[in-house]
Amino acid sequence: MMESLQALFGSSWPVVWTLAKIVAIVLPLMIAIAYLTLAERKVIGYMQVRIGPNRVGYFGLLQPLADGIKLLMKEIIVPTASNKGLFLLGPVLAIAPAFAAWAVVPFDATLVLADIDAGLLYILAMTSVAVYGVIIAGWASNSKYAFLGSLRSAAQIVSYEIAMGFALVGVLMSANSLNLGKIVTAQAGGFWHWYWLPLFPLFIVYFISAVAETNRAPFDVAEGESEIVAGFHVEYSGMAFAVFFLAEYANIWLVCMLAALMFLGGWLSPVPFLPDSILWLFLKVGFLVFCFLWFRATFPRYRYDQIMRLGWKVFIPITLVWIIVVGAMMQTPWAYLFH
Amino acid sequence: MNALQSDLFSALPELWVLSMAMVILLLDLFLKPQQRILIYLASQLTLLGAGVLTVVTHVPTVGYAFNAMFVDDTLSDVIKVMMYIGTSLILVYSRQYLQLRGMFRGEFYALVLFSLAGMMVMASGQHFLTLYIGLELLSLSLYALVALDRDNVRATEAAMKYFVLGALASGMLLYGMSMLYGATGSLHISEVSSRLMNGGDHHAVMVLGLVFVVAGMAFKLGAVPFQMWIPDVYEGAPTVVTLLIGSVTKLAAFAFVIRLLIQGLAVLAVDWQNMLVIMAVLSIAIGNITAIVQTNLKRMLAYSTISHIGFLLFGFMSVSGNGLASAFFYIASYTIMSLAAFGVILLLSRQGFEADTLDDLKGLNQRSPWYAFLMMITMFSMAGIPPTLGFYAKFTVLQAALQAGYLWVVVFAVLMAAIGAYYYLRIVKLMYFDEPQDHSPIVAPFGMKAALSVNALSLLALGLLPQILMSICAYAIVQSL
Amino acid sequence: MIFQDFVFYTLAAILLIAGLRVITARNPVHAALFLVLAFFTAAGIWLLLEAEFLAIALVLVYVGAVMVLFLFVVMMLDINLDRLREGFWSYLPIAAVVGVLMAVEMALVLSGRYFIEAAAPVAKPAGYSNTAELGRVLYTDYLLPFELAAVLLLVAIVAAIALTLRERKDSKFIDPAAQVQVKRNDRVRMVSMPSYTEPEAEQAQQELKP
Repeated sequence: MMESLQALFGSSWPVVWTLAKIVAIVLPLMIAIAYLTLAERKVIGYMQVRIGPNRVGYFGLLQPLADGIKLLMKEIIVPTASNKGLFLLGPVLAIAPAFAAWAVVPFDATLVLADIDAGLLYILAMTSVAVYGVIIAGWASNSKYAFLGSLRSAAQIVSYEIAMGFALVGVLMSANSLNLGKIVTAQAGGFWHWYWLPLFPLFIVYFISAVAETNRAPFDVAEGESEIVAGFHVEYSGMAFAVFFLAEYANIWLVCMLAALMFLGGWLSPVPFLPDSILWLFLKVGFLVFCFLWFRATFPRYRYDQIMRLGWKVFIPITLVWIIVVGAMMQTPWAYLFH
Repeated sequence: MNALQSDLFSALPELWVLSMAMVILLLDLFLKPQQRILIYLASQLTLLGAGVLTVVTHVPTVGYAFNAMFVDDTLSDVIKVMMYIGTSLILVYSRQYLQLRGMFRGEFYALVLFSLAGMMVMASGQHFLTLYIGLELLSLSLYALVALDRDNVRATEAAMKYFVLGALASGMLLYGMSMLYGATGSLHISEVSSRLMNGGDHHAVMVLGLVFVVAGMAFKLGAVPFQMWIPDVYEGAPTVVTLLIGSVTKLAAFAFVIRLLIQGLAVLAVDWQNMLVIMAVLSIAIGNITAIVQTNLKRMLAYSTISHIGFLLFGFMSVSGNGLASAFFYIASYTIMSLAAFGVILLLSRQGFEADTLDDLKGLNQRSPWYAFLMMITMFSMAGIPPTLGFYAKFTVLQAALQAGYLWVVVFAVLMAAIGAYYYLRIVKLMYFDEPQDHSPIVAPFGMKAALSVNALSLLALGLLPQILMSICAYAIVQSL
Repeated sequence: MIFQDFVFYTLAAILLIAGLRVITARNPVHAALFLVLAFFTAAGIWLLLEAEFLAIALVLVYVGAVMVLFLFVVMMLDINLDRLREGFWSYLPIAAVVGVLMAVEMALVLSGRYFIEAAAPVAKPAGYSNTAELGRVLYTDYLLPFELAAVLLLVAIVAAIALTLRERKDSKFIDPAAQVQVKRNDRVRMVSMPSYTEPEAEQAQQELKP
């Protein structure tokens, strides 16, 4: 079948094939994002002893569809005093990197769109670009709440990126590679060989920084509805507003996927008697995403200066110290523990 | 020893200074204000330790390290030891000044040590990259030091000027280096030199690069026509920082010129000597003539620096060991003189009062004959009057230039030196024959008084016995080139 | 090769236009955003040269961090554009002369007549890792300049903090460490109170009863 398709497209086959692969990644991702919104409402609902959405479809399963249709129908209001071009560019810049980063994510030993060497760096670069959507949206809205929100968000993302980057340095020291596939295979050997154990402080720092990077509760001061109404997207409505949320949820999936790949052994099986499978990866990612929802239901919002303090004065020193520990241990007979 | 260990071993003094600078930065966080004296002591200990390390690890041979980017030869060792002594004196002179002005902070000492590390790297650089980074390390620390007195508007202005012009000069230097890299295909000084010897077919582009390199260096040295920043920075910066810029950094700049022009581009000597001679003549003329009309002592010393740099450049007129030794001798003498002159300004400064105008020196003889005497020696030395060190220094560089065949230039320089003697001697006149404007007693710690006396008297002692310093300089040059 | 050429010229054109707009854009925020675009396309060109580490580092450092802070500042400044633009065109002749001179110079120099021509780089094998190779060179051959550059950055940090940090007396800062260390007894005093009845009230209630 492949051969006949290949023959049909001729020389443009590589392009078509790549596009097909992109669709194969993006489509499930979109569905996952849509259902994450439902899962969030359900999970938090149960945690607060409520039921959550249950009217649209059985168990509320059609709720994301209904939300999507509603948002599509809504008018996109562009404020008069806003900078129109940038106002519309903001959501695009927010979501583009969130999807682009998936290009290098391996789902299996062979299942990866672009198996590039510097995959880890590429992902870091993409997540760091995502902040532009927020900044531009906040500035272009020409509203003080939006602007305050974007400033908060930008400062927060830039600060936590450093801790996040250092946490990843530990991973690359252990794995000796920036290629995500190789990082996973370097963790082979079961639950106790995954990097969460030797790099435990980095794992914790990474995961908390990931929450901060995605502007999620308890670090969601950029939205802070009680202080600055809704932060950077206060002036957005309809689909433009929805795109910001798509980006946010896409980022949640992404950072959880990365945490699973780098610290929890990706698609590797935790026990020797079960085979490695992509299902393990989904399970791990699912658990981490559940933690995101759990945090939101449990923790009160941090104050802004506390967030900054945590990032700069706690996380960055911890990661630096642990990088030195890892580096020093690698020179000792116990180096195998860290590889 | 493996390769890395031996590399680190040859850079031991640099490593020591850098580590101590960081220790001092950290130490400062844990000290109460009244314990800050520990920072001062730690800095002096750093300099002492660096001196011991440099002397102990000294070998008369030339040793390369870090992929031949770093050289450990006699010249670098001698220059480094001079830098330690100079920096140590600066710290002694500056302590009271800093305490009285609320600048007695850990950052000052850390930045001074960082700038010292930059100078040491410049003295040992054997690669365009190392030389450049050393220079930037020095410059960046100096920009910050100039602006360290934050509420002082003039210091801030001086720092801005210094920073903008310094960045421009760095750009020129880099542009020139990139041209040389394009023409020779290497950034290693030794390789550039050997490629130049083998093929001279890219002469035009090399001279183009050379022009930019020389311009960048002239800026850092402060030679005309790149002298604009000197008077403003000297005047605006806190006097302790002026002391640093005006003394020890010139040693580093000298080493920089040796590494780049003599070791790297000696083949192009004909080209750069023409540039240097023009800059030398202009520097001596403009420096000496403009200094006459200055009423601010620091500004006057700034112009005197420009003229001294002009004299220094004469030493490079002949690429012989003799000429270079005389240039080295000149810059070493200049450093000692400059330390003494600014030391006296610091001595006379009090809380909220800078003794930086000529009037402040009036009648110094009545207030304190001893310091007037020391200042007189210093001024005589700067003017080049025998039997002081300054005379011998000027004599040797002019002799070197004469041997290189620059007769009329030397005559002109002597003439200008005679003009320059006027404003140095005017200070002596003010001290001895004018009535003092204020009679407040001169208060200073004993260490500073002693150090200043030794410093100024050494001008006389070395002037009577110049062979001591001269033989060291000649030895360093002969052993290294 | 044709495809690569096409990509190169497209990126180069975008880069040039973005660079031009950086200096001609009326709005400083737009100018900063064009600079971001310029960095991005430059990273693309580096990718074409198979310098993936440098390309990604450019995006990560300049686009992701430096320009964000830059935008931060530019957005907060209330810049009077008209005053900024004053005399913009009067500098044009001089700028044009300098620019043309530089361009001619570069053309002359880069035409290869003067410069040593390096041998064309050999195509790398498939498993070649640009990043690992760069790291190896940085930590062996270029160890000294690399570490010195690190010191340089440290000095920049020290200088920036020394020049700007002022400890304000009136800032309402709470020390989180002190907050965390607070014990219950620091804030709450447990007072033992004897339980007590109100006999009068009871009596009154009884009286009210019929």
